[in-house]
Amino acid sequence: MMSSSFNLFRVGISFVMMCIFCKSAVGSLSELSPQKYFSTLQPGKASLAYFCQADSPRNSVFLEELNEAVKPLQDYGISVAKVNCVKEETSRYCGKEKDLMKAYLFRGNIVLREFPPDTLFDVNAIVAHVLFALLFNEVKYISTLEDLQNIESALKGKASIAFSYVRAIGTPEHRAVMEAAFVYGTTYQFVLTTETALLESIGTEDIENEHLYFFHCKQVLDLTEQCRRTLMEPPLTTLNIHRFIKTMEAPLLTEVAEDPQQVSTVHLQLGLPLVFIVSQQATYEADRRTAEWVAWRLLGKAGVLLLLRDSSEVDIPQHANVVFRRAEEGVQVEFLVLHDVDLIISRVESNMHIEEIQEDEDEDMASPDMDIQDDEVAETVYRDRKRRLPLELTVELTEETFNTTVVASDSIVLFYAGWQAVSMAFLQSYIDLAIKLKGTSTMLLARVNCADWSDLCTKQKVTEFPVVKMYKEGKTPVSYTGMLGTEDLLKFIQLNRISCPVNITSVQEAEEYLNGELHKDLISYSSVSVLGLFSPNMTTVKEDFTEAGNCLKGYVITGIYSEEDVLILSNKYAATLPALLLARHKEGKIESIPLANSPAQDIVQIITNALLETFPEITVENLPIYLRLQKPLLILFSEGSINPQYKKAMLTLAKNKHLDSLTPCWLNLKNTPAGQGILQAYFDALPPLPLLVVVNLHSGGQVFAFPSDQAITEQNLLLWLKKLEAGLESHITVLPAQEWKPPLPAYDFLSMMDAAASHHPTRKDPECTKETDASEKDKKQEDKSAIRKEPIETLRIKHWNRSNWFKGGKSFRHDNKEL
Amino acid sequence: MAYFLQRAGRDYAVFERAPRPGSFFTRYPRHRQLISINKRHTGKANAEFNLRHDWNSLLSHDPRLLFRHYSRAYFPDAGDMVRYLGDFAQRLGLHVLYNTTITHVTLHKARQAWNGHYFILTDQMGHTHQCSVLLVATGLSVPNQVDFPGSEYVEGYESVSVDPEDFEGQNVLILGRGNSAFETAENILGVTNFIHMLSRSRVRLSWATHYVGDLRAINNGLLDTYQLKSLDGLLESDLTDLAIVKDREGKFHVTLKFFLEEGNQSADAVTLPQDDNDNFAMRVAYDRVIRCLGWNFDFSIFNKSLRLSSGGEFSKKYPLIKASYESKGSRGLFVLGTASHSVDYRKSAGGFIHGFRYTVRAVHRLLEHRHHGVAWPSTELPTSQLTSAIVRRVNEASGLYQMFSVLADVVLLKENATAFEYLEEFPVQMLAQLETITGRKARHGLFVIDMEYGRNFSGPDKDVFFYDRSVGHTEDAWRSNFLHPVVYYYRHLPTEQEVRFRPAGWALPRPTAIHHVVEDFLTDWTAPVGHILPLRRFLENCLDTDLRSFYAESCFLFALTHQKLPPFCQQGYLRAQGLVGTESLR
Repeated sequence: MMSSSFNLFRVGISFVMMCIFCKSAVGSLSELSPQKYFSTLQPGKASLAYFCQADSPRNSVFLEELNEAVKPLQDYGISVAKVNCVKEETSRYCGKEKDLMKAYLFRGNIVLREFPPDTLFDVNAIVAHVLFALLFNEVKYISTLEDLQNIESALKGKASIAFSYVRAIGTPEHRAVMEAAFVYGTTYQFVLTTETALLESIGTEDIENEHLYFFHCKQVLDLTEQCRRTLMEPPLTTLNIHRFIKTMEAPLLTEVAEDPQQVSTVHLQLGLPLVFIVSQQATYEADRRTAEWVAWRLLGKAGVLLLLRDSSEVDIPQHANVVFRRAEEGVQVEFLVLHDVDLIISRVESNMHIEEIQEDEDEDMASPDMDIQDDEVAETVYRDRKRRLPLELTVELTEETFNTTVVASDSIVLFYAGWQAVSMAFLQSYIDLAIKLKGTSTMLLARVNCADWSDLCTKQKVTEFPVVKMYKEGKTPVSYTGMLGTEDLLKFIQLNRISCPVNITSVQEAEEYLNGELHKDLISYSSVSVLGLFSPNMTTVKEDFTEAGNCLKGYVITGIYSEEDVLILSNKYAATLPALLLARHKEGKIESIPLANSPAQDIVQIITNALLETFPEITVENLPIYLRLQKPLLILFSEGSINPQYKKAMLTLAKNKHLDSLTPCWLNLKNTPAGQGILQAYFDALPPLPLLVVVNLHSGGQVFAFPSDQAITEQNLLLWLKKLEAGLESHITVLPAQEWKPPLPAYDFLSMMDAAASHHPTRKDPECTKETDASEKDKKQEDKSAIRKEPIETLRIKHWNRSNWFKGGKSFRHDNKEL
Repeated sequence: MAYFLQRAGRDYAVFERAPRPGSFFTRYPRHRQLISINKRHTGKANAEFNLRHDWNSLLSHDPRLLFRHYSRAYFPDAGDMVRYLGDFAQRLGLHVLYNTTITHVTLHKARQAWNGHYFILTDQMGHTHQCSVLLVATGLSVPNQVDFPGSEYVEGYESVSVDPEDFEGQNVLILGRGNSAFETAENILGVTNFIHMLSRSRVRLSWATHYVGDLRAINNGLLDTYQLKSLDGLLESDLTDLAIVKDREGKFHVTLKFFLEEGNQSADAVTLPQDDNDNFAMRVAYDRVIRCLGWNFDFSIFNKSLRLSSGGEFSKKYPLIKASYESKGSRGLFVLGTASHSVDYRKSAGGFIHGFRYTVRAVHRLLEHRHHGVAWPSTELPTSQLTSAIVRRVNEASGLYQMFSVLADVVLLKENATAFEYLEEFPVQMLAQLETITGRKARHGLFVIDMEYGRNFSGPDKDVFFYDRSVGHTEDAWRSNFLHPVVYYYRHLPTEQEVRFRPAGWALPRPTAIHHVVEDFLTDWTAPVGHILPLRRFLENCLDTDLRSFYAESCFLFALTHQKLPPFCQQGYLRAQGLVGTESLR
């Protein structure tokens, strides 16, 4: 009787369903006096009333929850009220002082249930309990397997069953089931249990979570047959249950002949994909059986249709046997060739996974993509990988050919590793060099890929990459230690054509050597020629100098003169023996430096220092040499070539020893575009060029700027430098001093492994007597959870979706993985 | 080992019982086919890489001494191995005393000796030899015999006929389920009525366990015929519970030892299991019973004073040794070769040529340091080369690949992590003793580079062909199943306790951080984004620095806008060795 009257307000089910999702009704908790309340009660209408003492603040949390339940309950036509028991109008529901808190569910003015408020702990519990009480007949609560079997056999051929297990009454899942029962309760028999034992007895493995099974009892004609069961896989929420039941209602298998892109079924509306099994007349029966089997397996996950190829006008690729259509609009259908039904299933399941994941796309977008290459060398090499290099210009050496080749001719050998970006970047410079030297050099340009000839590289003492070595007959191989670029290596090769130090045999020749005539073709590679002057008996220092010259071979031209008439030269250039003469070819100057009894290493140092200019143009290539001086840099930034006046002012200052504590230099922004970036780092707002700054790189990192409104003159500069020294100038910026940290975090595999381990503690399952079974079961669970719970997985699919070249390649790999 | 000693110029001698090297291979395997692969082509020139797929060659500097020059067969004939070993000893001029059987080994205390004692070896002529370090590489030479009633009727693998004719139309029972059992079965599969194979535990397939000592696919024809019900079959039972009785016709019946104990019965009256249980599986009578139960180490020649005892419960057949291959009982006694397999029994390849050729080298390096002050070979490189050094090794190193989870490379960081030392193929279980074994210092943290299979991927009951078995994404690298490089980072050298009580299933103690390089179908771990980039990120985060490489121009910019430079610029550009790059790259 109760249920029939209840049916009255089940009119407009779909409206209610809509309301659940759009939360249209606005309601708030009405506060009434008992008398007033009872007067509002309408026959047949349900109402939840909470009786409490007026002004009692103690239940504010409960009231909040109750307040929240007003809206959802109203959607089901249930009114909610708070009844204030004022003294004048006591009601028997008001209770006594001590137990003030009680809620009652009325239909009309009849009490259906009395709820101690602690059962109504939150809004979910309130809705769940109220609906549970009202849907007493629609939702059968059972506790044994027998109950379930009884219901099942009673309903065979009549109605299907929605059987759910929830962990407790009043949970959000319970509420979801009750809300679904409210809508579908007349069509299907809802059965509810909280007994895990029951769940286990029907063969569920995972008894920790809520479950909903659909028992397909309606189709069962033979009463001895069991009802087929379908487990709902997504978590129990109202929406998921709705979606699930909708798919249970949909026909299991539909036959279509139209274009798969045009077909529409309830599945698509529910956001589920469609799987078309392509069939032809000849194999129709078998295909239909396959399709049915697939349909059962995919029930609740995808719609399955049988597409008749013969009657279809659609052009289906010849070998395709499955057509897959995603639920998203505008996505092209995919024609697949899948030879195993399991592949169809896994295809759908992996696709579902993507859908789930997409929801939280936004929040992860912010996190940096660790797969983005942030190494500029690796990135450029990768970007350029398809360009074919004229590698044939260099000789590729192998373990077999190496020794014979380097013996047969003087060779430069590049040792590199094909997989290493720096190597490959340098290989390009090397090839450029080969192009430049083509047909002009006696030096053989060769290369060894250490990824192939590892042992050979080890034998040649190559342990890092790239390495360039020069092999000359009868001499130990020399490693190249200059910049890894075409120009510098070219210089090295060219200067190595002469054997330094060059032995000069006459004063005449020495003069030619000093004015650049002797090595005309080489002085463009070495702006300075060094000549050591020794009397014939200075054997030790001569040896040291020879050693130093050898050391600098390939970088500087050195010569030695120690004939009897050496005094002619030493007198001419005012040098005391032993001495070095430095001929700066560009400036046409020759200076002399006395050479005390210095060991070879010191001579090398003396020569390298002598190579430094007073006021050089600083470039990418020469900065490291000047940085070795460890002095603050005084840099003049110039748009193009330097103004001769500035240069003159600087040189004068330097000459007068005003710049001894600094390294003065200038930077041509045309030659060195990186200078622009430097200026931006120094100045907030860039003043017009030229700009003069002092950069204290080695102690403190302060940058001082010469006032740009002052003219760069000797006077102004001197004044400014004095002030600077006195600490009267304030810096414009301080260069950051922090260490270079990892640009991005790494994958924390350790905690991922920990997380996986703690998800599934390797527990001993006492019920599994067979060890093998237990471990297999554990493994299965692990696999499942890895897919469902692991947040990393989420990340991966996202990358996958972003259609950038790299990920595209990856997803391909995923699909073709060792099938 | 003799080769390494020879190269190092050490005073050594090898004693060999037979008149030639490799006498084992003159008789075994009985059916002459080796199951170690002789892969002559890999499509790669890298000799070190190629050793990953050459299971027969010994290590030497001479490329002519590679096994592929000795046989064209993928599973070569044992005769070729004999020829190869003969050439190896001869061409390298190794100091071997043939026809010398050592009958007794004992210990003689002497204070001046390296280890406080000398080993005294007595040969068959009664001559004695004295040495400071004894290297025992006698293999497993004693056939394993299980004692049960009727075991006298059983023929052994070592002596059973290899002529299939002798088995024509017979019922054969083979005891054991290893490669020799299956090899024997394979030989007679086509001529017998049926073969039953009886063993204590289930068959272990090497492709499921990833252990080359388990049943190899080349021998497993019987599995096929068993599962297809072609009368052959596999059974599991503990041999020690069984008994074999011979009936009047000379046929053998399997019964339980328990029944025999019931009383003094004549052979025909013995209770058989089928008397109670009429569908007992082995109720048929057999014509032959063959024992293929493996081999044990010959302990008999070692005097008690050497305290050379057998290994634990699971490796009784091997002598008990430490992970450094030194005997637990006496210092200076090392067990090498097949007999040293207790260290990685059923895990890695230490019992086979392609495994112990590396462990032997490790022992040699240990001895070089212990007695000759030669520190473990290492290469010192700047940090900017760290990623490359690791990438290089994981892509070619054969020792890591064959002796996975047993030998591992170690990177010892220098102060401030500006440079590192790279040590190859260190026995990883000795990690705590690294400083004493190698003579290198590990004060500033270290990396260990190991190759591993997925944790739950190997086992006799595992399905190694499950869908989704391989991982392709860097984020999932830790779930890689196939052999892949794993890098462990430790701030401090782990202690002995930490190594011993490491978590179950771990090759090494729990590190500060761990990195898995995602498995690769081609075992080519050089993909810039898939392999190298995540490795670099891991190393960067361990060292707390930036390991990217930069062009000289970037370094120039950094040099003038920062007080500090990233290591690549510091170690390259600042030394005027910057990478300039070309037009097309910029």
